[in-house]
Amino acid sequence: MMGSLLSAGITQADISDGVIKIGYLADMSGTYRDLAGPGGLDALKMAVEDFGGSVNGMPIEVLSADDRNSADVGANTVRGWIDQQNVDMVAGLVASSVSIAVTRILAEQDTLGIVSGSAASSITNEHCTPNHVHWVYDTYPLAHGTAKAIVDEGGDSWFLLTADYAFGHALEGDVEKVVNENGGTIVGKVRHPFPTSDFSSYILQAQGSGAKIVGLANAGSDTVNALTTASQFGVVQAGQSLAGLLIFLNDVHALGLEVAQGLQLTTGWYWDLNDETRVWSQRYHERNARMPTMVQAGIYSSTLHYLNAVAATGSDDTATVRAKMGETPVNDMFANNGTIRADGRMVHDMYLVKVKAPSESQGEWDVYDVIRTIPGAEAYRPLADSQCELVKG
Amino acid sequence: MTMILGIPLMVLFGQLMLGLINGAFYALLSLGLAVIFGLLRIINFAHGAQYMLGAFAALLGAQYLGLNYWTALIVVPLVVGALGIVVERFLLRRIQHLDHLYGLLLTFGLALILEGTLVNLFGVSGSSYPIPEALSGGFKLSFMFLPTYRAWVLVAALVVCFGVWFLIERTRLGAYLRAGTENPELVQAFGINVPLMVSLTYGLGVALAAFAGVLAAPLYPVSPTMGSSLLIVVFAVVVIGGMGSILGAILTGLAMGLIEGLTKVFYPEAANTVIFVVMVMVLMLRPAGLFGKEA
Repeated sequence: MMGSLLSAGITQADISDGVIKIGYLADMSGTYRDLAGPGGLDALKMAVEDFGGSVNGMPIEVLSADDRNSADVGANTVRGWIDQQNVDMVAGLVASSVSIAVTRILAEQDTLGIVSGSAASSITNEHCTPNHVHWVYDTYPLAHGTAKAIVDEGGDSWFLLTADYAFGHALEGDVEKVVNENGGTIVGKVRHPFPTSDFSSYILQAQGSGAKIVGLANAGSDTVNALTTASQFGVVQAGQSLAGLLIFLNDVHALGLEVAQGLQLTTGWYWDLNDETRVWSQRYHERNARMPTMVQAGIYSSTLHYLNAVAATGSDDTATVRAKMGETPVNDMFANNGTIRADGRMVHDMYLVKVKAPSESQGEWDVYDVIRTIPGAEAYRPLADSQCELVKG
Repeated sequence: MTMILGIPLMVLFGQLMLGLINGAFYALLSLGLAVIFGLLRIINFAHGAQYMLGAFAALLGAQYLGLNYWTALIVVPLVVGALGIVVERFLLRRIQHLDHLYGLLLTFGLALILEGTLVNLFGVSGSSYPIPEALSGGFKLSFMFLPTYRAWVLVAALVVCFGVWFLIERTRLGAYLRAGTENPELVQAFGINVPLMVSLTYGLGVALAAFAGVLAAPLYPVSPTMGSSLLIVVFAVVVIGGMGSILGAILTGLAMGLIEGLTKVFYPEAANTVIFVVMVMVLMLRPAGLFGKEA
């Protein structure tokens, strides 16, 4: 890092207003608060502190706002940030609807954004722009990682519980495709309203279907509620298995291992992967009294990558920084040789994990066994299948 | 196998059973609201937060004081009910003479403060509360697997509902209460302490919410927002039953649980809205609700 700082040797004039401003936009109070929220803001601040608080002698400022999961609120906030505050980069970005709205504003105003929390794979597919990067994960590896692994292991008949809105439908479609392509069948599905607190009726339908696998194409509190109910109705004891398609560390923590044990899921990162992730996570834990989710770790990693690119080019010009970020591999506690493709997708290894049984866990946050590393090239949608205007011939 | 509209009869039995259990739970929550509105004319918007507080008290009690489920079931409603009395004594009483709207706004504000504080302290993901040993496992019925805990919720909710109905409609104390809210001056003249009765009634309503919270703790993750999502449904139940009608709240709660359960089988997408559709229809045909008295 110091090397790039020194070698850059660029004058202050290249940075528009003598300060690098980063705006952090996320759900700070609602459903997605725990997976990104204030913890993500702290991860961002850790990156700024670790960078030394300034780039080439110019201070780094962090602003933050609660988007309340509203695309309108998010878009207006970002518009204000760019017009009045000269924000150079927008980080966080959790609800997919907010991210899609915000990335349109970023494209109009030629400002950079890094999406860390959103799931929709459309963010770098039909909604791609030259102005944003998608960092942590998306629905494509979730479906391909988890569903394919389970079908390969013999889980060939599925019953799907789907959240009845755009994200659930997209995930359901992806899973159906993967299951069918790999020789499995979908024997039934039910679309439940979002959000739902009582899943007993749907679990009973899943039990009645006789499917080997009950797949959960939902997220957050819906998944947590569905799993709690499945545990009460003895779904696993009766011989069926559960597959969670989007589950975060905080969800597993909330469920407790008694309920979540045996569940397979795909994650973009886990705090206990290696020494480097453990050391960083311990620092995070000391500040936040929780272990970081993959999203929070991704916010740290992407911010650092951005600041390195600004330092290396000595510029806050969007195209220049974006190009530098794209040509530099991502090597940090989050990713090993990650690359940012032309469509904005940061491609890195994903992990298929299994939730530990209470007897196997060494502590409050020791919850996953890593079963398999899914290489980035295999995990993400191939560029050849992309509908992104930036890569289509 | 006998089929009804493409659903095997046995599966339908299972769904009806679950509907009844949820209905009993709705009835219990609606009952507290109906008691408070029926006797005090306060639209208690803090009911969801008080329910959540019951669940949280059980969870924190278990974590820090080693409070077991059975003790929590008795102690938590008493403690939260006592907090309710404090709220009534120091806040609600001051606006008693004003329009009902002020009570609604005050309790709504209280709910937001409670929820916001707990979100800041504990986050929104929630924590799990274990099912007590004696109620774990389940019965293998011919048509479904019925978790013991759900069966217990059905029994406990129905017993408490009946007990409260009996207390208010069939005992001398209940008669004083009803008379005291109809004509406080006259009842006071008979030497009955009406303000005390009002406080106790609000406390009872809040205690019922907290009791429902303890019952719910092992079923759903205990989270600060668990009450707000349920409150709207419970309000709809009370409106359908007739604001303030005790029996109306209980019977409508059960009926709405069943209707919601059937919707989950035949058209799951509408499960969250069916109760409001019923509410609209009832309000058009009987504005005072099914069991309400026309003003």
